[in-house]
Order: sequence, then C-alpha cells, then structure tokens
Amino acid sequence: MKKFTYIMLSIVLFGAKSLYAQTPKGDVLIQNATVLTVTQGTLEETDVLVEDGIIKKIGKDLSASGSIETIDATGKFLMPGIIDAHSHLALDVVNEASAPITAQVSMADVVNPFDVGIYRALAGGTTVAHGLHGSANAIGGQSITMKFRYGTYNPEDIFMKEAPRTIKFALGENPTRVHGRGKNIQPRTRMGVEAIIRNGFAEAQQYKKAWESYNSVKDKKNSTATPPTYDLRLQTLADILDGKIIIHCHSYRADEIYMLINVCRDFGVDKLVFTHVNEGFKVAPELAKYTMGASVFSDWWAYKFEVYYSTAYNAAILMENDVITSINSDSDELIRHLYHEAAKTQRYGGLTDEQALSLITINPAKQLGIDEFVGSIEEGKQGDLVIFDHHPLSVYAVPQMTFIDGVKYFDINEDEDDQRIKVSPTEMVEPVYLKAEDERCMHGVELFMQEAAAFNHTH
Amino acid sequence: MRKINLTIYALLFFLLPVLSYGQIEGEVLKPEGGSFLLKGATVVTVTNGILENTDVLISNGKISSIGAGLSASGATEIDCSGQFIYPGMIDSGTRLGLVEVGSLAETQDYSEIGNVTPNMQALTAINPNSVSIPVTRVSGVTTVLSVPSGGLFPGTAALINLNGYTPDQMYTGFKGVPMNFPTSARRGRWDRRSDDEIKKDAEKALKDINDIWERASTYMKLEDAEADLQYYPEMQQLAKVVRGELPLLIEVNKAEDIKNALKWVKEKAVQNAILTGVSEGFRVADEIAAADVPVITGPVLALPSRNSDRYDAAYSNPGKMLKAGVKVAIRTSDAENVRNLPFNAGFAAAYGMGKEEALKAITIVPAEIFGVDDHLGSIEEGKSATLFISDGDPFETSTQIMHVFIDGYKVPMTSRHIRLYQEFLERNPGLEKH
Repeated sequence: MKKFTYIMLSIVLFGAKSLYAQTPKGDVLIQNATVLTVTQGTLEETDVLVEDGIIKKIGKDLSASGSIETIDATGKFLMPGIIDAHSHLALDVVNEASAPITAQVSMADVVNPFDVGIYRALAGGTTVAHGLHGSANAIGGQSITMKFRYGTYNPEDIFMKEAPRTIKFALGENPTRVHGRGKNIQPRTRMGVEAIIRNGFAEAQQYKKAWESYNSVKDKKNSTATPPTYDLRLQTLADILDGKIIIHCHSYRADEIYMLINVCRDFGVDKLVFTHVNEGFKVAPELAKYTMGASVFSDWWAYKFEVYYSTAYNAAILMENDVITSINSDSDELIRHLYHEAAKTQRYGGLTDEQALSLITINPAKQLGIDEFVGSIEEGKQGDLVIFDHHPLSVYAVPQMTFIDGVKYFDINEDEDDQRIKVSPTEMVEPVYLKAEDERCMHGVELFMQEAAAFNHTH
Repeated sequence: MRKINLTIYALLFFLLPVLSYGQIEGEVLKPEGGSFLLKGATVVTVTNGILENTDVLISNGKISSIGAGLSASGATEIDCSGQFIYPGMIDSGTRLGLVEVGSLAETQDYSEIGNVTPNMQALTAINPNSVSIPVTRVSGVTTVLSVPSGGLFPGTAALINLNGYTPDQMYTGFKGVPMNFPTSARRGRWDRRSDDEIKKDAEKALKDINDIWERASTYMKLEDAEADLQYYPEMQQLAKVVRGELPLLIEVNKAEDIKNALKWVKEKAVQNAILTGVSEGFRVADEIAAADVPVITGPVLALPSRNSDRYDAAYSNPGKMLKAGVKVAIRTSDAENVRNLPFNAGFAAAYGMGKEEALKAITIVPAEIFGVDDHLGSIEEGKSATLFISDGDPFETSTQIMHVFIDGYKVPMTSRHIRLYQEFLERNPGLEKH
C-alpha cells in the first residue's frame, strides 16, 4: 500500500513538473557596477538585484538573502542583454523558396538548440535574437524570437514565449532573382514585388470576409452554411491585416521601402519594421512617421548592386530623424560583437553613448514588440544582463558574464575550449571550415539559382 | 570626457558645410600637394616611441623633419594640438580596387580563368577611381596589398597607396605571387565532398604544385643559362619566385596544412616565403616561429574555424602567434570594408596582442615583410609622408580621423558615404513638400 502511494505520488509530481515546466529563472546580485540602463541614464557604483529572473531592485548598497550569488563588478560595466533584430543563427533551414508567398511556414519548426553559435553569441553579450526566414520570397515565413538559453535539448526552451508573432517580407533583388529570373514567374521586377504583396493582402481580405460571413450565420437556427476551407497561408496574411503579426521586411532601395509603406498604409497595416534598409536614410522622415523603425547593418555596403549607393552613416541619419533604429547582424560572426557594430555609429555620425547603446537594446526590443520585458535595466524587467570589463562601446571591451532571466550562461572565467552540447557520432574527422559562411539570407535557394555559387555575399 | 566629445561632434557638424564645398557645381575637392607643417601633435612614431608636442614638416612628399618648434616658410600650417599623428595603416591583404560590387561578375577582376595564372597582374586591374578607395583612405588606411584569388597560382599581388590617377602612381614598391596551398579542410558549409575526396583532391593539388615548381625551376635554370626560350609567361613569372626575386605568399589556414606548407617551403628552399591567412596559426605557432616565416593573418573579426574551438579563437590568434615569436601582420581580406582594419587590430589588441604590437601589425611589420620599411610604416625623417592625424586612438570607433596624407598629398576628407550623410541628414523637402 505504501509502495502504491509512493508510485502515485511520484506520478503526480512528475506530471506536475511537466505541466509547470518552465525555463530556468535565477537570482543574482551584481554589486558596484557602472550601470548603463539605456533608458534611465548611467548609474555609477550601483547594484542590481535579480530575483526569480526579474530585476527586483536597482540602487546602492543592496543586500540579498543568504543564498543569492553575489558578483563584485567594481570597475566594470553592466548593460542590458544585447538584442539582435535580424539573425539566422540556430536555424537549420532558412528559405522555403518554392513560391513568392510562403507565409504558412515557420522558423519555430527549425530551431536547433545545439548550435554552438548560440554560446558564441552569448560570449558576445547577445541574449535575444530574432531568427528570420530568408529573403527568397516577397512574403516569406514566420520568424521566431529566441532567448539564447544555451544548454537545453528542447528547442522550445529557447523560444521567447512573450514575444509577438513576426514574419519576413523581402523586396528587390533576392525575390526577383529567385522567382523572376530563376523560375520565370512573377516577380521579376520591383513592380512585380509590389503586385505580389498587394495580391496576397487582397486575397487575405477575401478569405477574412468569407470567414466573417460564415461566422455571422453559423450559429443561427437551421443554418446550412459550410465553413470556408481553412488555409494557413491566407490565415497568416489575414493575421497581418489584423495587426497580430509584425512585418520585418528585407529591403535596400529607398523606392521599394517607400512602396511597401504605401502598400501597408492602403491595407491599414502599421506593424512594419524594415531590415537591412541600406537606403533607409533617403526616406528617413517617412520611416519615422509610418513604421516601427529600421534595423540596419553598421557599415556593410557594395556587396551587391542595390547597396552600392549606401552609407555607413545610415544609422546616424535615421536616429537623428527620429526613426526607431537598431543595428542587426544577419551574421553568426557579427552577432558576437554587436556592441562594436553599434559603436561604429560614433565614428560614422557621432552618436552619443546612450544613442549607440539603444541601437542594440531598447530599439530592437521595440521592433520585436518585447520592450516591456527586455532592452533596458529597469525594475520589473527580465534579468538579461551583460558585464563588460571596459565600456562596451570601446574596441577593447571584453564581455565577462552574460545572464538571461538571472541565470548565468557565459562566464569568461568558466569558459572552456569546447562548448558544444552535442558531438556527432558519425563524423570521423571534425570539419574545418576555411570560409565561415555566416551569411544565410539566401541559404537553400541553390536549386533555383545557377548564379548562386558565384555569390560571396547573399544577404 | 563626454562633454568634450560632444563639443567635437558639434564642431564637426558645423564644419560639415565647409568640408562639403566639393559638391558645389564646378568646384571639386582634389588631393593637395605642397609643404605642410603639422604643429604640436603627439607623434606616435611606432619605431621611436611617442613624441609629445612635436611638429612634423612635410615637403616633396616626404617627412622632412620632426621636432619641436619647427618653422618653414611657405608651408601650410595645420594646428594639431591635442591630436595625434600616426603612420598610415597598411592592410596586407585585400581585394581593394579589384572589385566594385561584390556580387556583380562585371565588376569582379580578382579571379582569372585557369589554375595557374601567376602572370595576371593585380596592378593592371586596380581601378584608381573605385568608390571604395576614398571610403577607405579617410579612415587612415593609406596602403593596401591588392591580391588576386582562385586556383593554385592566381596572379601577382601589388602594394598600392590609396591616391593617384593611374595604378603606377599608386604602386608603392612591393609585388608578390600568391599560392593557394592544398588544403585538407572543407571550404565551407556548401562543400559536401567526403573526407576521402577531400584528401584525394589535396594530394592531387600538391602533386600539381610540385610539378609546376619543378617546371619553374627548370625554366629558371634555362633562363640563367641564357637559353633561347619560347614565350611562356606563367613560367617566366614563377621563375622569379624560384629565384627569390618575388616573394611567395602562401595562403594556408588549417593547422595540419600549415605544417605541411612549412615543410614544403623547406624542401623547395623557397627563398622568400610569407604565410597568409593562417587562421589556425595558434595551434602550430611554435613551428611557424621556428621556421622563421612571417605571417599575414586575418580577418581577426571572424568565426573560429572549428565548432570545438574557443569562441575567441580568431580574436586571439595574432596575439598567440606573436607570443610564440612569429612576425605577425594583420589583414582584413576585404574590399569595400577595408576601413575596418583598425578594428581588426583593436580586437587583436584586446585579446592578447596588446595595443602597441597590434599597431605595429598594421604599420611597420607589414612594411618590413614587404621590404618597404625604407619609406613606409613609421613616422621617421626621410620616409614617405603617408600618415594620418586623429583626435584619439584610431582603434577606437569614437575617434575621428582629421587629416590623411598619402605620399605628401593631403587627401580630401570626403567620400560618397560622407556626401550622402551631408545630403540626407536633413532632407529638403522633409516629410512634406511646402
């Protein structure tokens, strides 16, 4: 009988554990740091207390109950975890390039928690990244916002569940090359890209209408109405029209950026962020007024023709024109030093420290719709923090520790040579990659593109 | 400090219209020749320490004197108080001038058809009017090695200064022949060859190189014997390498390959070998040091080559090689973003190389490797006036580069990037047309 009770108890406990299983949350007290809050100025010699994953208190001489780990950060700098608004890291596949609109696919299905790149990004202070579909299609798949909780085997553990849904759009050379030139179907031009998006939105309006008229009569007595065929692709587009999904649009030229602003205004869509947006500076006032901002490279240009008339001063011009601006990586390499990428806006445009830091913290958080949780050091926000030995905008800054939800995922003093979680049992010799292919926007489109092999940069 | 920075930015902002007069129709900013007296700077000579409150006189394209309280009639005076003078930075491996738009075949001039084309001259294809050149030089990078790529012997690289209207005006004294050493590594994610195939390919490539070397040696002997030789430009060029007239730039990255390359250099008694790439140099640093072969490594801002590597493998590689006693120069391997050279050096500095050595790795060390240290790589009397003036440490992104001199020419501090900034910072019409 006693045995039975134990068995029952353990079953109940096990069940309860899986019911309430959640991502780890930690407690930590970081003392005496120069705290770069981003939203509330710089606080000298200040403590930050994180309890159960949340920043409980910011102030001087804080104390914590006995068991909480205390870190002396005297002489060091504490900033919010860095947020990358555009990445393909930890995604096994990036492009479903088979049609100009593939809104039905989702990057949540291809997240690979074993990617050692996650650890490397953490070692560079990056805690949150937006994993996007590639740029092969005018309307690509849905993206996934991740918190880099390295160490788990379960992809869902690294999803940031509070984050709203997002989707990838793409304009210009990539969709026209893949479909128009590669497959001989629309779009082949920027005119075609506009038409594809307008057609998609219009079709979604009809789909919505069909469901609305069905829903309005289905509960009536003796209703014989039959439901319209469910279509995930159109439902996703309908969700965009309903403001449930934020668009992150791969774009380069000013004309195409302006085009999508107009299309979205026509369809009443205002949750729109432009990414790459190398010529965004030319339509900065429009971006400021009609969009949720622009996420740009710090200095990449000339890797393809549509970014030839670009400038490293892009971010500074956008900032000074009140566009919500962020610096993204789109690269497994740059994601490791976004603090340095942001710092380049001081050379190219003389942004202040606070402006430069906002480019990789609170601004990308706003663009991903997660700024109430992360992106600054404020009481009540999640405990995503990075400690640097120098000011993070200095080229000599080396990240020392990285926390997500108060849990330490990187500590330079505990860093080991090999940080892989999983080692392949079939690989006889470990591959050595001479040319690190960290640009993946066009990953997986080789079938459609004979010219693909000739590309070095494929963003 | 912030306040001072802000003031500088504010000043810069108000000075922008002055800098931008080049945009006025009919007026063009050109490199300015003549004599210049740079007054009261902190001179970072690289080879002779740091000189406070020192003047530098530039005349006839050269640094004619360095000292306190210099005067020179007719020289344009530039007040450099509170500022720093550095020698121009040298990027020892780029595609600058050989490509305009990365993805467009029509503008790619770095890779010729053929596996053995050492006679292809980078200097021929360098476009002095490339938009990337002003973009690069305003950052203080004044000198680059432009390198062809592809195949076993892709061509002949050339060292150029980033000012001039013809490649010959830009050429500054060094040519070398790159060779891609056969590798047992995968070239990238798309390289789906089996381990066996990779091994076979590498063996075949090495056999090819040995055959070619043999032939070049024979060609050299025949040439030395003044034999009547048929036109054979590939061998003519390689014979110069065998003879030691031209250095061999051996591109090699994987640790095992580096060891093989060093062995090969010894076997073939290559007289003037330089290793390039060397991304896994840290694994075999002692062997490289013992072989006494100089290294051009980079980009430093790169991913580790193996998944099992430490996250900072690429950042710390130059420092580790230096500690082992290797002569190390740093390159970006870039074209349009060669301006990131000081940041590559900055990361190398932060991850073990130290500031002073990292600065050397992009000034005097490459000058020595290329044998051009008689006129480049440091601030010394008699050397070329190829230098820049900054308001701080050039590795720091918050530092502004104030002036750049190349071969004594004061180059205009503008580029298409800066002109776009000037035009679009405040657009007119703004959102509405009034």
